[in-house]
Amino acid sequence: MIAVIDYGMGNLRSVQKALEVAGAKAKVTSDPKDIKKAEKIVFPGVGAFGEAMEELRKRDLIHPIKDAIAEGKTFLGLCLGLQLLFEKSAEDPGVKGLCVLEGEVKKFGVRGPGSGVRGEKLKVPHMGWNTIIKGARGQGPGSRILHGVPDGSYMYFVHSYYVKPKDKTVALTTTNYGIDFVSGIHKDNIYAFQFHPEKSQGIGLKILENFVDL
Amino acid sequence: MLTKRIIPCLDVKDGRVVKGVNFINLKDAGDAVENAKFYDSQGADELVFLDITASHENRKTKLELARKVAESIFLPFTVGGGISAVRDIRELLSAGCDKVSINTAAVKKPEFIYEASRRFGSQCIVVAIDARCKVKTKSKQLWEVYIHGGRTPTGLDAIKWAKRVEKLGAGEILLTSMDYDGTKEGYDIELTSRISEAVGIPVIASGGAGTLPHLYDALTDGKADAVLAASIFHFREYSVKEAKEYLKKKGVKVRL
Repeated sequence: MIAVIDYGMGNLRSVQKALEVAGAKAKVTSDPKDIKKAEKIVFPGVGAFGEAMEELRKRDLIHPIKDAIAEGKTFLGLCLGLQLLFEKSAEDPGVKGLCVLEGEVKKFGVRGPGSGVRGEKLKVPHMGWNTIIKGARGQGPGSRILHGVPDGSYMYFVHSYYVKPKDKTVALTTTNYGIDFVSGIHKDNIYAFQFHPEKSQGIGLKILENFVDL
Repeated sequence: MLTKRIIPCLDVKDGRVVKGVNFINLKDAGDAVENAKFYDSQGADELVFLDITASHENRKTKLELARKVAESIFLPFTVGGGISAVRDIRELLSAGCDKVSINTAAVKKPEFIYEASRRFGSQCIVVAIDARCKVKTKSKQLWEVYIHGGRTPTGLDAIKWAKRVEKLGAGEILLTSMDYDGTKEGYDIELTSRISEAVGIPVIASGGAGTLPHLYDALTDGKADAVLAASIFHFREYSVKEAKEYLKKKGVKVRL
């Protein structure tokens, strides 16, 4: 069973449905016992960093999640579920994240080079379809989750903040929006993406299928 | 690089798509799922469902719609029409919808935008602005915001209102020109570019698309981040794919 962690932050039905289509049994849950029992964990979510940590705290989910990661369970963070793995975010500077990975979450600049055709300003949120570029890591260990996903594939993004890992080698994919930011990470049993594979049509489902098969 | 989005819009009444895809291969032209699958297969970037039911008892049918669409496609979609409470948004999001579009309730109670975006995140709060030209002279042009499906003028200036909803936490603006809507003469480029330049959030242009160059104009001169279109896709004048191929040829970055 794959546990899809429910902490009141957004659309979980799509993630569950996509995992089911990928051939897995997925349970949307906020029960620590389910997280303990699960073979794999999916940690989705949209919304604000501070509010999300507060919701996790209220549901006593912080330790079960960290324990599951420490035990080596295959873990997939999506969107806010990627950002929360880090230490802190510019969105809510006083709030401590899960601190599973070193680094911080930063906000896109409102203006930036390469922000669009004809020198348009950079709109935030970064919303829509953008490409993922596989880095050196995208070809190496951890790349099984991207099996059959060509370099430059379009994925659906919607976010105003991006992660900046301290250890650059965790980057699995990058994406350009004004700057090159890390859109996918892999470290040991942890996988996480800034984009929404569950909303990225067939190519997104391929990633979830790969996750199910890991 | 981020691509420009092409978004088919479907009007929904009592849970059924009206003015939906005029396409003989559809088993049921009024079925939301059939319509969603059709556009999904064509490569639409997102979908918008606009509930035009007059009655206030449409909450359940909207939820049912969101649930059914989310079951069948893996593509972001927005539901709008009659959304006026935090509860409406929570229910729609948990049914599988990605964004909600708020129009009348945003004008009547601007703090609703703030509450909703704080609670669910800006990324899922779209504010729909229906604007009509009020003053047009050589040196200046002003647009007024309308609510209640375009029936009630509000006295609000569209550009000022757009800036205000951004401040309140809206993540995107769905901008419809009432002057151009239904004319098939093209989007209101002046209005669209003025709003798009005034705010730092994405703007979806709506109203007036009749040909593929219209889409191009809105995305270039109009500075729109996305274009919404209904009839040119529903009546199969062009497919979404054809539209994207045309735009790509003209140098617009699209997902193909």
